[in-house]
Amino acid sequence: MASQEQLSAIKRAKVLMVGAGGIGCELLKTLALSGFQDIHIIDMDTIEVSNLNRQFLFRQSHVGQSKAKVARDAVLRFRPNISITPYHANVESRFNVDFFKEFDVVLNGLDNLDARRHVNRLCLAAGIPLVESGTTGFLGQVTVHLKGKTECYECQPKPAPKTYPVCTITSTPSKFVHCIVWAKDLLFAKLFGDKNQENDLNVHSSDTANSSEHSEDVFECRKDEDIERYGRRIYDHVFGHNIEVALSNEETWKNRNKPRPIYSKDVLPEEQTKENGNEEKGCAADDVSAMVSLSLKNPQDIWSLVENSRVFLEALRLFFLKREKDIGNLTFDKDDQLAVEFVTAAANIRASSFGIPLHSLFEAKGIAGNIVHAVATTNAIIAGLIVIEAIKVLQKDNNNYRMTYCLEHPSRKLLLMPVEPYEPNRSCYVCSETPLSLEVNTQRCKLRDFVEKIIKAKLGMNFPLIMQGASILYEVGEDLEEDMVVIYAANLEKALSELPSPVTSGSVLTVEDLQQEFSCSINIKHREEFDEEKEPDGMLLSGWVEAPVDKDNNKPIGNDESTSNALPSMETLDGDKDDEIQETSEVVEAFAGKKRKLSEVSEVTAPDPSGPSSINQNKPEKLDIDDEDDELIISDDWESFTKKKKL
Amino acid sequence: MDGEELTEQETALYDRQIRVWGADAQRRLSKSHILICGMKGTVAEFCKNIVLAGVGSVTLVDDRIVTDESLSVNFLILPHENHYNGKTLAEVCCDSLKEFNHMVHVAVETGDISTFGVEFFEKFDAVIISCCSLGKKKLINQKCRKLSKRVAFYTVECRGSCGEMFVDLLDYKYSKKKLEETIECQIEYPSFEEAISVPWRALPRRVSKLYFAMRVIEQFEDVEGRNPGETTIADLPGVLKLRKELCETNSLDESQIPDALLERLLTDTREFPPVCAIIGGILGQEVIKAISGKGDPLKNFFFFDAMDGKGLIEDISGPSTRS
Repeated sequence: MASQEQLSAIKRAKVLMVGAGGIGCELLKTLALSGFQDIHIIDMDTIEVSNLNRQFLFRQSHVGQSKAKVARDAVLRFRPNISITPYHANVESRFNVDFFKEFDVVLNGLDNLDARRHVNRLCLAAGIPLVESGTTGFLGQVTVHLKGKTECYECQPKPAPKTYPVCTITSTPSKFVHCIVWAKDLLFAKLFGDKNQENDLNVHSSDTANSSEHSEDVFECRKDEDIERYGRRIYDHVFGHNIEVALSNEETWKNRNKPRPIYSKDVLPEEQTKENGNEEKGCAADDVSAMVSLSLKNPQDIWSLVENSRVFLEALRLFFLKREKDIGNLTFDKDDQLAVEFVTAAANIRASSFGIPLHSLFEAKGIAGNIVHAVATTNAIIAGLIVIEAIKVLQKDNNNYRMTYCLEHPSRKLLLMPVEPYEPNRSCYVCSETPLSLEVNTQRCKLRDFVEKIIKAKLGMNFPLIMQGASILYEVGEDLEEDMVVIYAANLEKALSELPSPVTSGSVLTVEDLQQEFSCSINIKHREEFDEEKEPDGMLLSGWVEAPVDKDNNKPIGNDESTSNALPSMETLDGDKDDEIQETSEVVEAFAGKKRKLSEVSEVTAPDPSGPSSINQNKPEKLDIDDEDDELIISDDWESFTKKKKL
Repeated sequence: MDGEELTEQETALYDRQIRVWGADAQRRLSKSHILICGMKGTVAEFCKNIVLAGVGSVTLVDDRIVTDESLSVNFLILPHENHYNGKTLAEVCCDSLKEFNHMVHVAVETGDISTFGVEFFEKFDAVIISCCSLGKKKLINQKCRKLSKRVAFYTVECRGSCGEMFVDLLDYKYSKKKLEETIECQIEYPSFEEAISVPWRALPRRVSKLYFAMRVIEQFEDVEGRNPGETTIADLPGVLKLRKELCETNSLDESQIPDALLERLLTDTREFPPVCAIIGGILGQEVIKAISGKGDPLKNFFFFDAMDGKGLIEDISGPSTRS
């Protein structure tokens, strides 16, 4: 049990939890049992059925309600006299530095990179200790971040969600995940999503000889067209015609296996599709399912090409027949059964065409929905470790902070491995003073692209202010004067070199996010040409080492690739593992590199923490806009550790 | 497999964990029966974990009545008198656990199970013992081992910032995939009695000090006729004396069992919730692995000490069962 001093530190403490999900439920419970009496908890989500296997504070009857509120109510049942304040809100919304300053420690149980970075910056700005954590399957970790004393959360670049070159998706898929992305972001979007959205569906690597007008007609359902006919027409167009067109470009296929075109009449002779037995049952629009209609019971089965084709046509038919009002507004939602069925079928047919192995609905759903596998036990272990660190933080037990890794396979007998935290990374653009560099064509690149792709996507700033010298080029805010708003809007559409304060080679821009109280500077360098494939954004941000994005191996992070081996990460890791697990000390050495452990840092070598808002940055990551739901963010060190199994 | 498929309800509820261990493993879990004796904080955590995981049934044994202490570390007990008045620990926990997963059958068994016949244990696939004297642990372990069917046996004990877990899977065979191949594995486990009888000098060097310390305390409680955890700082002299004797018998240097560690174990006898969560989690994982036949089980002791933050595995077995 905790000592007397520990107990009184705990009783007095005011703690902020961010996240009331898998880790959050376990954490709230353990904090309450450990004697904490003033806990605040932020979570924007509502409860779903798939949460209930581990978020044990929730019941079936709570589905749809706020996680933060229900968690609070559940814990008060066994600790009625403590104070738990829930906030059903996005942590990136209204919580500013003053809010954070009220707390003694912040404990994260988040599932996405964006929010983690945001909280990291606010904790730095407020000078409040942060305990970070993450889990996926049987793996997990807990890390402690104290401004000026240890690395901040962003000192180690975090692996960005996987991105794929456009042409791989549109023309030369080689993996099942490419087919999923095609089915989800192109075909599904085209048929059921916003018609005004740009869509690469008919992009060819050769000329765009087929007039786009002709293509537009193809996807629209014609007046009086039989849905059955329409479905087959779409099928033939994307799986037949488009493939034939792609084949006509010999260059593409010189070193690749050629796909084969597939036409519906060859797979499903006309009469067969009329045999759908169960469809006209009076089911509510929401429950409509092609699988039910076709009596395909098991989501773990891998359907044949014929079955996939049936599902494709039936799902499409059901969308038009039973969910007409949704068409034109839909974005893919992993909990939308019909959408998952459609995307699975479409991806499988495409895979079949390209000789890629087919997958079950269960697996496809995992990939398309970026589902992270999760169990209760790991979350419970991590929660226990978080509370242990939190108590140390409250006691300012500086020499004993630990980063703890929860392993699936023991390393040198250790299943829970504590490691000393490292001193701050001197090149961290978030907590140390280092400017970034940007190579860009200043005459072609618009300010808008700079804001969207660099400032927001890579630097993670939600409310940026961009200045050159004393001149403000752009800002976001509520109380801006109207004429300024007009100027900023106009600036967005201008090329960098044409801005009122021209941005050219040698310019230095200062970018700030007032909410995060975070600022950095970017040195601009003009460059004429960019490689369309490797640098599709036409911009290159540099000054730091990017986290290696492993092309083939699976990473247990909300990464498409990892969930494609939907069967246990255990199997993946077993496959990777050699019998010689690297020695603990070697691991520590390996990623210690230039960094020093906290204990080795003598008196005054850490960067001066008293320079708050002019902290500069170094290396942003290549963030894909497409990231979601990664419950585990593993640091760079961690990956090199798990990969360093070969001796 | 016998062809039974998971129901739609199971598939929806267990989706995220099926993605970890697969549908086959989930099916096996749903058919398993677990016996749990000694409802303290760590065991409560463990029960929560396996009920959420979807085992077939959980049978709880603990005839003690609810006290302030049990309330303080066991989140399954609600502090309203109506909830627990007149009920035993097992009964109160049973009521709470049922709510976590309606598909799991939760029941109570009364009496001293160490006196039950061998056939009682045959109903179960795994038996977890806590808050039990040394003698009872050995007895129950022996009964389980007498069965022709394999009944996994676990003990768990947490004191203050320390926790210990023991696993006995008898002769355990399982398979795993490595790259494209399937590898057949086999591990032989010693019984609890066999394990703790391994002479200390025969153990690998640098075995966790916590192992030895727990054995000293365990012996002390046994000799003095105390219930597990019924010690105070006043017992230190007696414990140190016992340590001396044991170390002499085993040719182990006394410094391997530091005074400070023994003191902690004698005085911090109440469970510490974060440690309960950690040990309860590790235990949960181990039982799930053993039931599902998936994943390398640990052999055969697990220790955690919040002081150094290490969670480590020690293989305490004689030469015949050393892996």
